[in-house]
Amino acid sequence: MLLKKYALALSLASLLACALPAWALPADLVLAVAAGESDERIAAVAKLVASGDSGVEAYFQSLLDGEVQVAGGKRVLIVKDRHAVDAATGEKVEPLPENLDDALVNNRLRGTLEGARSALKLSSPDRAARLTAVKALEDGAREEMLPLIGAALARETDPQIRQSLTLVQAGLQLKSADAAVRLAAVKALAQSDNPNTKMLLLALLEKKGDVYAEPDAAVRAEAQDTLKAVQSQLSSAERFSQIFTGISLGSILLLAALGLAITYGLMGVINMAHGELIMVGAYGTYLVQNLFRAQAPALFDWYLLAAVPVAFFASAIVGMALERSVIRYLYGRPLETLLATWGISLILIQTVRTLFGAQNVQVENPVWMSGGVEIIANVLLPWNRVVIIGFALAVLLLVWVLLARTRLGLFVRAVTQNRGMASCVGVPTARVDTLAFGLGSGIAGLAGCALSQIGNVGPDLGQTYIVDSFMVVVLGGVGQLAGTVYAALGLGMANKFLEGWSGAVLAKIAILAFIIIFIQKRPQGLFALKGRMADA
Amino acid sequence: MGPLAPHISNLYGRRGWIVLGVCALILFVLFPLANLVMPKGSLFHISDFTVALAGKIMCYAIVAVAMDLIWGYTGILSLGHGLFFALGGYAMGMYLMRMIGREGQYQSDLPDFMVFLNWKAYPWYWSFTDQFWYAALLVVLVPGLLAFVFGFFAFRSRIKGVYFSIITQALTFAFMLLFFRNDTGFGGNNGFTDFKRILGHTIATSQTRIALFMITGATLIVTLLFARAIVTSKLGRVLTAIRDAESRVMFSGYNPVHYKLFIWTVSAVICGIAGALYVPQVGIINPSEMSPANSIEIAIWVAVGGRGSLVGAILGAAIVNGAKSVLTVAFPEYWLFFLGLLFILVTLFLPRGVIGAFDQLRDRLRQRKLAQPARGSTA
Repeated sequence: MLLKKYALALSLASLLACALPAWALPADLVLAVAAGESDERIAAVAKLVASGDSGVEAYFQSLLDGEVQVAGGKRVLIVKDRHAVDAATGEKVEPLPENLDDALVNNRLRGTLEGARSALKLSSPDRAARLTAVKALEDGAREEMLPLIGAALARETDPQIRQSLTLVQAGLQLKSADAAVRLAAVKALAQSDNPNTKMLLLALLEKKGDVYAEPDAAVRAEAQDTLKAVQSQLSSAERFSQIFTGISLGSILLLAALGLAITYGLMGVINMAHGELIMVGAYGTYLVQNLFRAQAPALFDWYLLAAVPVAFFASAIVGMALERSVIRYLYGRPLETLLATWGISLILIQTVRTLFGAQNVQVENPVWMSGGVEIIANVLLPWNRVVIIGFALAVLLLVWVLLARTRLGLFVRAVTQNRGMASCVGVPTARVDTLAFGLGSGIAGLAGCALSQIGNVGPDLGQTYIVDSFMVVVLGGVGQLAGTVYAALGLGMANKFLEGWSGAVLAKIAILAFIIIFIQKRPQGLFALKGRMADA
Repeated sequence: MGPLAPHISNLYGRRGWIVLGVCALILFVLFPLANLVMPKGSLFHISDFTVALAGKIMCYAIVAVAMDLIWGYTGILSLGHGLFFALGGYAMGMYLMRMIGREGQYQSDLPDFMVFLNWKAYPWYWSFTDQFWYAALLVVLVPGLLAFVFGFFAFRSRIKGVYFSIITQALTFAFMLLFFRNDTGFGGNNGFTDFKRILGHTIATSQTRIALFMITGATLIVTLLFARAIVTSKLGRVLTAIRDAESRVMFSGYNPVHYKLFIWTVSAVICGIAGALYVPQVGIINPSEMSPANSIEIAIWVAVGGRGSLVGAILGAAIVNGAKSVLTVAFPEYWLFFLGLLFILVTLFLPRGVIGAFDQLRDRLRQRKLAQPARGSTA
């Protein structure tokens, strides 16, 4: 009695250890897979898969792991650590039979088995598991799995998996002997946005000597049409990604130029140190990052939230100090302002070099900004760029609200339009100048914070953007935010499109030529004030 | 001449000519003697290094005069004069590269950088550059044509003030990017260097150096006189009027575009010549000469010396570059601080530069002198 109980417990334990549930597979098929000619074995795999039994996957796994042995050419056993289990029934086999042969798996069979395993995983409730299964099938699907794929397609609800599955199915059907099936498959392929589809169709249209790979002319004609559809889809994806990088560059230019639109566009102060105020913001971000890393590593992912105000105020304070100490005395003398602010920019660059060294410093993306989102196949939008586009819009909105809806904005506009009259009615013009300049500088700091997330942070950071941002303001026209927005986006897009067509340097030169020509056509719409104001 | 005809001063007064003569004497007699004849180690010996440095500064002084014509006298601040300087330098550099012959590292007929790019023949724009006269023509024509075309479009659409400055800065920036490309055919970011000879003379000898130095000195004096002739002529008066009140000039029936275009092109050509003299003396030309920072530095030379004074521009170039060559060796990390402060302090406190400050001092002294006898008589 005791012995029997003991044996039972042992067998249960070994069952659990192997994690082999009891099942029942058709014994003849199990045997056909394990031994015999390759072709027959492959056919048996497909039949076994089609049976849809739950134990099949584990059996294939064992085959792939080399745990399957055939006893006396009849019984198929799964042998693990000298414990054998009948592959068909799941029964424990003891003692181990004598005449065991390994069930060898050659490469061809291995591929089939792996594909079959993926096909089986298609019924997994876990979406991620199904997705990996589909991705695996895209390379290693066999015709025999068609029914399974069809069944999976019928119950699949996820659009992405459905799309991939359809492609796999069509790819399989193309190999069918029936021309009607092939024709339907080619039609189905037109929905695909996978670049592999193109290869599939091209292979179909290939000509070997005088013989086409696809014998049926109707199928070939349909394949031509489909190819055209797929190609246009692919090129539209490319265009989409180009538009996105254009918008992304435009948003960066917008950030860099928005501050300038206030200090230069509204106040008329030509600030060559604007780029260096951007740099101050970027270094502010760097310092906050270091502080978080040292003091609060747990909150490191959120350091940007603290860096944004720090960057703003760092640049704003530097800007206000400049306005009070230098720029104030040069109002109305734009060329002198230009030279003096250039001097300031040199001093700021050298200060940063002395404090932080001439090398670029490392500013890391927080985890939630790395990676990207794939909106259409083959178009990956990096999160940091998406976030910066959103950030640029937010800053734009902020500036607009500040200028159009607040008392400070009212004062700034009043001083811009008529300084004397504004002063007469009690606007503290000197303080408004300082605050407005501080605002413009602070926005430069925000731009620096954003730029630190996508580019190098070094002492020369500002120099790279100063020419571009002035181009934006010159093109956009003075005294209006809308012009700045249009100019930034326009220049960003134009730059990216021309870059794809002629290279980065020629694109820059073409843009410059364009700006000069554009000014020929519309000088008054851009920046020239009319009449006597032109000399003021 | 009607009664309202403006007073047009002479080229120079007697004292001016004497000072100029003394300068010429120093340049053409003292320097060659001290460099070539005096033995090394002697108190009166001037080293090759000093000659090269002085030659370089004189090239800068020519540029400063050109800048003063367009900025000091016409009120147009160009931030792209470094471009014209570099273009002249590149034109001369092409000739000097051709003169290297097969003495480059690869012993090829082509310059090393072309061998490196695997080019088999000179591109079309290099043709005839082995002729000195053609290179000299390019030195004048390339900057001149570029300035003419650019100026025509810019002045016609009445771009002025800071807009013009910014556009010229963008222009030189774009050209810098263009010349940084290897495929442009001007040696990429290394530019041209390792020159061997000029007009058959080995470039590294003291004799060639002093000859180049004297040619530069002569060019500086001729440029100064030429510029002086322009600013003292009626044309010069119109230019000054454009600087002070362009609209009024227009309303009086002048077309400022012609005047501006003329002086702008002349200024660019002078810069190109200065660049052509600069390259054989310094031995290298590369795209960093076109960087916006270089062009804006030219403006500070003129500002330090004194806008609207040709001698001031020369003085300014000498002061700033002299200080640069001393300070960048002694305190390399503080040079940018110094230069930055110079920009700020000169614009804030010395709007008329060193010459202006000097004039002010002289006027004050003269007034005191006038006041003293008056006080004496009342006593």
